[in-house]
Amino acid sequence: MMKKLTDSLWNFLQTKVKPHFTKGGKFENLFYLYEAIETFLFLPPEVTHDKPGTHVRDGMNLKRLMIHVVFALIPAMLFGIWNIGHQHYIALGEYVGLSEGLMDKFLVGLKVFLPILIVVMAVGGTIEVLFSVIRKHPVTEGFLVTGPLIALIVPPTIPLWMVAVATAFAVTFGKEIFGGTGMNIVNTALLARAFLFFAYPAHMSGDQVWIYLGEAADRVVDGFSGATPLAVAAEGGYQALKTFSYQSYGFWDMFFGWIPGSIGETSTLAILLGAALLLHTGVADWRIMAGMLLGGIFTAFLFNMFPANEYMALPWYYHLVMGGFAFGLVFMATDPVTSASTFTGKWIYGFIIGVVALIIRVLNPAYPEGVMLAILLGNVTAPLIDHLVIKSYISRRERQVSAIVPSPKTQEPVKESSHA
Amino acid sequence: MAYPVIKLKRGYDLLIEGEAEEKIIPLPETPTTVAIKPTDFLGIRPIPKLLKKEGSIKAGEPLFYDKDYGEELTWTAPASGEIAEIRRGPKRRIEAIVILLDKEQDYYEHEATLDNADSVRKALLSSGLWALMVQRPYGLVPRPDEKPDAIFMSMFDTHPLAPRLEFLVKDYEEDFLAGWEALKKLADGLPIFLGYSAERPHEDIFLSLNGENIRKYFFSGPHPSGNVGVHIHHVFPTYKGSRKIWTIKPQYLVWWGRLFRKGIIDLTTKIALTAHEVKEPAFYETIAGVNVKALLKDQLKNDHVRVISGNVFTGTKIDMEKGHVSIKDNMVTVIPEGDFPEFQGWLITHYPKPSISRTFLSGILYHLGIPVRYKVNTKMHGERRPFVVTGEYEQVTPMDLYPQHLLKAIIVKDLDLMEQLGIHEVIEEDLALCEFVCTSKTPVQKILREGIELFRHEVG
Repeated sequence: MMKKLTDSLWNFLQTKVKPHFTKGGKFENLFYLYEAIETFLFLPPEVTHDKPGTHVRDGMNLKRLMIHVVFALIPAMLFGIWNIGHQHYIALGEYVGLSEGLMDKFLVGLKVFLPILIVVMAVGGTIEVLFSVIRKHPVTEGFLVTGPLIALIVPPTIPLWMVAVATAFAVTFGKEIFGGTGMNIVNTALLARAFLFFAYPAHMSGDQVWIYLGEAADRVVDGFSGATPLAVAAEGGYQALKTFSYQSYGFWDMFFGWIPGSIGETSTLAILLGAALLLHTGVADWRIMAGMLLGGIFTAFLFNMFPANEYMALPWYYHLVMGGFAFGLVFMATDPVTSASTFTGKWIYGFIIGVVALIIRVLNPAYPEGVMLAILLGNVTAPLIDHLVIKSYISRRERQVSAIVPSPKTQEPVKESSHA
Repeated sequence: MAYPVIKLKRGYDLLIEGEAEEKIIPLPETPTTVAIKPTDFLGIRPIPKLLKKEGSIKAGEPLFYDKDYGEELTWTAPASGEIAEIRRGPKRRIEAIVILLDKEQDYYEHEATLDNADSVRKALLSSGLWALMVQRPYGLVPRPDEKPDAIFMSMFDTHPLAPRLEFLVKDYEEDFLAGWEALKKLADGLPIFLGYSAERPHEDIFLSLNGENIRKYFFSGPHPSGNVGVHIHHVFPTYKGSRKIWTIKPQYLVWWGRLFRKGIIDLTTKIALTAHEVKEPAFYETIAGVNVKALLKDQLKNDHVRVISGNVFTGTKIDMEKGHVSIKDNMVTVIPEGDFPEFQGWLITHYPKPSISRTFLSGILYHLGIPVRYKVNTKMHGERRPFVVTGEYEQVTPMDLYPQHLLKAIIVKDLDLMEQLGIHEVIEEDLALCEFVCTSKTPVQKILREGIELFRHEVG
């Protein structure tokens, strides 16, 4: 039954729709748009044809890879939607308990999140198609992930037009002018956020943007504060977090994520669920995650050892659940296109990001959060890291090869050796 | 005496249904033609000089030579009969010389003695059996006037469905051992490296090969642990072209042996017919280079298949009706064509697909070490994309290499970087797995060959 249905859909596409988009058809310019839709619906019948080349190919492809990142984002996305509503209602003094008003909170969250996501996808998707038509290359899958990522790293109060402008900027100047997916130097989603951050700082930082109040802004409870844990900790360190009166900002509150912040970044638990999927499937590289985690812990630990101020004394493990550290670690730093490409390089790249993120976060008073900038810096240094790793590989090989010269007449001394 | 064991971890064993049973079954149809394909021999020009274009020819009679290699090295007819066709491809390049088989084979007599290195060399050159050797770097036919630094022979084949090499030389033991003597004479004191499997049991015929300056190494791990290129990389690397190495497969020594024992070219061998589209996967005993139709009659489960001379990673597609098995191949793989659309096939797995990716059940099972045999097809399973994923090639390359960086160096034609990243150490078969696993569906082998050719012509 299903087979019959899909077969007739395929035949319909091939006989009735495709001719309009191929050479000589009415919409031949839009061929790649048609192709994108067809390849979304059907894995094409293309067979292996290279000479010389393998006759059998692995079932993996880029669409499958990308969709698994999207799957991994779902927990953070669902939690983020709920949390928009949750923060909204406790600001009004309603449904203060975690389990209360689940549906209402969710609906408020959807009302905020869906328009952002739709605007991002529409703007980004249109630009992708536009470029594919002009540059005559297939529409690639990159934006499938970039879109949701952008929507998850902005504050819930972000005006939609800003989202649109930032997305357009990032997709055009961050990716397409370099040649599209696979060619970009910095992470497209983070570039969108950086654009917003520097172009419209009032909407991206401070205490007013992290909690969606909507039309109820004048009904907030006494003592309301929209400050994120990062901002509170930056002011007065551990003590300030403990004594913060409006909400409880304990370690576990931040781990579970019922705190204000960018939409998808607050719940470390939800992000860890995504990380579990990415690591289990091998879609994201564990070396980068481990490197960044180590870098972050190392730096925070160093601050703990020499606490010149209250913030530096904040226990190191707090940094892992605050702000965008977990989200950046799992979803941003691991972007294979913009990260280092050698195994050794990945460790170094991750470590550098972890260190720089903490340095900006704790030592630089101008920016409360450093993860975004640290990853962008990491992206820019990744080619250099790879270059150095490859250079050291080359000199090692040269030394090694000149050393192996078997003696002419006898078998070499027997020893068990293990390689690769 | 204990020999060094080299443990390799990276790689992938693609298990396909339809392994050939180790028995010889009668040919379903008497072979009518054999062909020799100049394209099987890398390094020679597209249009070699033909010594005979028509008329009858004896098995082993000189057929063509290449201008670059000189007249000393002549390729000879694989069997006796009538020259039926010179099959040409684009730009008149010769793709195959087809010989209509005689009922009774008539052999051209060669002078071949095992006296010394020079007599062996001369016999191999004039009989064309020389060209069965492959030179590293670049994977070419060795030049007649050169001497290598070592000779390598891998005693096992880890490609999907590849036959056990002991079985290929079984029944021809005397020929094989005579061929081995010839190889030792040819080496003339240079080391011969033999690579054995540390996991698959070997028979005495291989294990007992001995002599002066023979070195034995054992390798464990998944494919490509049986590739001679991997062996060379670990025990006697050719990095930056520091060494020249000749390689040969054990089964070819049988033909060498016949040359020296009887003075004739007798390319009788065993050919395995494999994979799940074959009714009875088993071995045939016939002449190498035979027309494939003779093997396939009544053996196919359906018609919509691809017939591959060789294995699914490095073999060549041949025409079911008119094609011939390559002389250098001892197997034919038949798999279904995958030219059908799959609804949401990139997301939904309609049937088990082999993969190293743990987004598939098959990938999870593989990583858990549970062996599963698959029915495969020729589907691309996705569209070509720029490089996105990193670390994927390294996962299946048990060598100290950066395959993806090497490919990028080739794509941008950076000759220095190509050399530094080890273009001398690999040929197509060594990176074929990278092509199999590639998420972006990059034609790895094609790019690599283009890079090797570019490098060879620019640098020499």
